[in-house]
Amino acid sequence: MKKIKLKKGEEGLSHIPNEELMSLYQTMVKIRGFEERVSSLFSDGLIPGFLHLYIGQEAVASGICENLSKEDYITSTHRGHGHCIAKGADVKKMMAELFGKETGYCKGKGGSMHVVDVEIGILGANGIVGAGMPIAVGAGITAKTNNKGQVVIPFFGEGATGIGYFHEAVNMASVLKLPIIFVCESNQYAEFTPRETHLPVKTIVERGGAYGIESFLVNGNDVVEVYQTMKPIINRVRNGEGPFLVECVTNRWSGHFEGDPQRYRPEGEIDEWKKNDPIKNFRSILTSEYHIQESSLVSIEEAVKLELDEAEKFSRESPFPNELSTLEDVYA
Amino acid sequence: MLIRYNKAINNALREEMQKDSTVFIAGEDVGNAGGSFGITRGLIAEFGSARVIDTPISESAIVGMAVGASSTGLRPVIEIMFMDFIAVCFDQIINQAAKMRYMSGGQMALPLVIRTQGGAGLNAGPQHSQSLEALLFHIPGIKVVMPSNPYDAKGLLKTAIRDNNPVVFIENKALYGMKGEVPEEDYTIPFGKAKIVKEGIDVTIVAVGQMVNKALAAVETLENNGISAEIIDPRTITPLDTDTIKQSVKKTGRLIIVHEAVKIGGVGAEIAAMIQEDIFDYLDAPIQRVGAPFTPVPYSKPLENYYLPNENDIINAVKKICVGRQFSFASH
Repeated sequence: MKKIKLKKGEEGLSHIPNEELMSLYQTMVKIRGFEERVSSLFSDGLIPGFLHLYIGQEAVASGICENLSKEDYITSTHRGHGHCIAKGADVKKMMAELFGKETGYCKGKGGSMHVVDVEIGILGANGIVGAGMPIAVGAGITAKTNNKGQVVIPFFGEGATGIGYFHEAVNMASVLKLPIIFVCESNQYAEFTPRETHLPVKTIVERGGAYGIESFLVNGNDVVEVYQTMKPIINRVRNGEGPFLVECVTNRWSGHFEGDPQRYRPEGEIDEWKKNDPIKNFRSILTSEYHIQESSLVSIEEAVKLELDEAEKFSRESPFPNELSTLEDVYA
Repeated sequence: MLIRYNKAINNALREEMQKDSTVFIAGEDVGNAGGSFGITRGLIAEFGSARVIDTPISESAIVGMAVGASSTGLRPVIEIMFMDFIAVCFDQIINQAAKMRYMSGGQMALPLVIRTQGGAGLNAGPQHSQSLEALLFHIPGIKVVMPSNPYDAKGLLKTAIRDNNPVVFIENKALYGMKGEVPEEDYTIPFGKAKIVKEGIDVTIVAVGQMVNKALAAVETLENNGISAEIIDPRTITPLDTDTIKQSVKKTGRLIIVHEAVKIGGVGAEIAAMIQEDIFDYLDAPIQRVGAPFTPVPYSKPLENYYLPNENDIINAVKKICVGRQFSFASH
């Protein structure tokens, strides 16, 4: 296990070009904005079903996917909006899918838990905890066969390490030496259950040794640390090493799903976490340490708001699918 | 040429792998060991370990890997050693493979084949002898194939590998040694096209898997009693060739469905329901089903013999509904 500690403003930091810093910030703001927007639309009754929000965890998906291209693959989870946005998904088609509209990514057949964009390597959010990991193993076989340096990243939470999929997939990927980085987002809760109740180990990275793979523990609330830790690991995978395991420690601000009153959480816990807001923290070092102009950040924020306004308008105005389309897309 | 059922499958795999470099095999013991029933023997020597992959004992990850590999451009043919073991990987079959295309609004195609073998008759006991096709038959999004002879096994497997959907290819372990005439040149057998194994006019017998051969074994006794049976082998239960079955029943007015799976909730129940819904007026007698009792498959020889439907069970079912002056059964 390797614990990466980078001090802010020191080694490596200055090597991040401004456009990447801005891109990281833009992704984080877009994820937060998307989640807040759909939460409100859910309250208004415009989005049905279950929504699992990514608020509080934005640094993880953003920092990782900044290193990826559309040729790389990810598998995601029930809490997948952040991963999809960071991988480049179109928020119009995502939001329309949440509305259940014809213009959504899945023509209204999947919903929040099943956003897929094959063209840019999103092999699906997934409603079954842990199920994306073996699917990533298969994408790893494709990547290895293609031999073009593609990387596969299955995202999952620490709760998913309780299901057999984690063991089977990491074990198989290690045996077959596949170009995969297993990324565990430890957001401290498995649905309603805190990690100390369901995990007998302090960290998930401890488990990597059981599969003979190198593992890395990262502060998942620090986008710079995530980005800089992942960059060399991803490069190693592109050059034929792997698999690896990375644990990003973060917090989930929202409930397991929208409408979850979170009575299982100690009073004040979320407020405490909010003091360590990954977006606010990053914004402040962008201006203080990287000397990015405040006006540049404001224009990113405004552009994101505009993009989300358009996505909402598009989603509201899009038609529902024809009911007979229920019968389509069962078989190829 | 005259070859065995197991060799016919081996030949289909080899020929498809020669023809298409995206086809690969994975599963437990399929490589150096050549498969626990010898079906993949010799393939690793010809195609190497990158295309004939020995996996850990991880059925869920094996199927999941096929989902991931097929959705990213390869054509995996995976082996689940015994059909009983599909219970271990049902999430990947039912929630992932069967639904990915639908959930993604038609974005994904999953050209994968799950080869497995089921059936009783080898005293393999309750966890190694089941016929679980009805569980799969119930799930939209997968195709289910049950070859009853070497010719069909080869032609149907080639179709399965070339199909762009998840296909469960159910071999019958009692048939592995069965010899049959198989052409040397390339051929395929379309899905959803039943085979009229024997023409007849008095009663239609729809039989699947090794029950086709039991039905053929009953023919002579039936003819000695003045009964001309038409035997139909659906070959694929999803898609099911309902037209051929209906045409036959319209001609004979009587229907018997035979499978070695448990009778209750079996494929026969659906065929019977469909016939009475659609062509009730053509029926001259109640539809009969012949299937196994509602118990696990027992181990001991006399118990397993009692359990497995045989030609006498078929003859008795025919006797029950072929009453009247024209049949000599009636006079007994």
